[in-house]
Amino acid sequence: MNDPGDLTDPTPVRVVLAKLGLDGHDRGLKVVARMLRDGGMEVVYLGLRQTTDTIIDAVEQEDADVVGISMLNAGHLTLGPRMVEALADAGLDVPVVIGGIVPDEDRPAMAAAGVAGVLGPGASADEVVACVRAAADTRG
Amino acid sequence: MTSSPPSASQAGDRSASQPEGRSRDRSVSELVAAARGGERRATARLLTLVERGGPLADEVAERAWTVLGGGAGATDGNRAHVIGLTGPPGAGKSTLVAAWTTRLVEQGHRPAVLAVDPSSPLTGGAILGDRVRMAEATAAGVFIRSMATRGHAGGLALAVPGMVRVLDLAGFDPVIVETVGVGQVEVDVASAADTVLVVVTPGMGDAVQANKAGLLEVADLFAVNKSDRPDAADTRRDLELMLDLSDLTGHGRTGAGTGPRSRPSIISTVATTGVGVDDLATATDAHMAALMADGALAGRREDRWRAEVRSHLDHLLLDASRRAVAGPVAGSLPESGSPAAVARSMLGQMAEQLLADPTGGLPDGPTGQGGAAAEGDR
Repeated sequence: MNDPGDLTDPTPVRVVLAKLGLDGHDRGLKVVARMLRDGGMEVVYLGLRQTTDTIIDAVEQEDADVVGISMLNAGHLTLGPRMVEALADAGLDVPVVIGGIVPDEDRPAMAAAGVAGVLGPGASADEVVACVRAAADTRG
Repeated sequence: MTSSPPSASQAGDRSASQPEGRSRDRSVSELVAAARGGERRATARLLTLVERGGPLADEVAERAWTVLGGGAGATDGNRAHVIGLTGPPGAGKSTLVAAWTTRLVEQGHRPAVLAVDPSSPLTGGAILGDRVRMAEATAAGVFIRSMATRGHAGGLALAVPGMVRVLDLAGFDPVIVETVGVGQVEVDVASAADTVLVVVTPGMGDAVQANKAGLLEVADLFAVNKSDRPDAADTRRDLELMLDLSDLTGHGRTGAGTGPRSRPSIISTVATTGVGVDDLATATDAHMAALMADGALAGRREDRWRAEVRSHLDHLLLDASRRAVAGPVAGSLPESGSPAAVARSMLGQMAEQLLADPTGGLPDGPTGQGGAAAEGDR
């Protein structure tokens, strides 16, 4: 098929990307947004200073498949589980992927809290896309 | 804004109703009932189904028509005031919509926004960034749905009217469709509205540019955004001049079946500070009131309905044409001869044969003039 339209996925994965809390470093999130776009996904980009409530509003209205949050300020142990809980409390069955600075020793705690994936510095575009796609697939 | 408030609960959609089960598991009729009851998650799910197309989208369309049909003048099944908003990238469309819809919520309306951004033609992915500029509106309770153009032939024109109808049946009014004013399809999609608002900014070119752009001809209203800039007066003057010329030639001010359109108002706005947003809301309401008063609304909605049928037809034809040429070529291409002549005669004939029998596959090589020439050259 020669039509570019045929190369695209008729049901692309929809990802809400946000910085949760007051961490103002959004370069990594922007890079990830581009990686996911080039991986054929639709990225609903929320940007800086989001709360669990604003993320839930977006997930709900956008019918998103995955939430990606970026944390570089060591807030992941507090805010990661809080995001997972907030989605569950809202009755939203949507997996959370965390990107940023997450020490290896914190990864088991993230998994135990229900975080579907953790992406650290140096993750390749392929790894980022694969991680988000795997998370989306768990949604069924 | 033109219809009575819906039965849906006005506020607290998030807490109002927890869905019975996962929205993915619910039937279309359950989702429609929940959406009408004010459940945003069900509305979002219906939008997804329509966007994807196929049998479920058809089922949603059927239900939506049943729910919305029969309204006065609603020949295309809409009750809400449908507003199209378009303009060049960076004009401040999202910021303006955010300020505007926030104001509408304060006034007791339930606005929804369908924000369309382009997909990458290479990967099909998209970055949908409208919500970044619309945090205030989200907090106020405006329903915002981001949408990528996706790659399907004619898909956008097909999906948007259906998605507008879903937002309408969920009780949102007005429904604002925001597109980037590049590309005919994006302009067409925004133009299929009761009121078409074109956002322009200073510094985008002179009066000649204003005459060039087809974008400007679809407008019922103009917003000159960023009008705190020093050259805003020039932009406004250029627009006025262009409209004067339209009056002079009488061209571009009528649409089929809609009768003469009145001269568009020009509103100066500064979206970031809210200047002119009230004027914009007033002018939009006035436009709708004028459409209803002179009976043009029914005509406009009938045009929209016809355009939607045409979109379905285009989609079928494009799909058929893509499939028709996808098979292997049975005959051999001529080895010599003018490529232009071959292209004209042979490819044109193939297309005609395919049009007559789209399922017949690619014809078995050239049969007409091009073929004869190729034979002669051997």
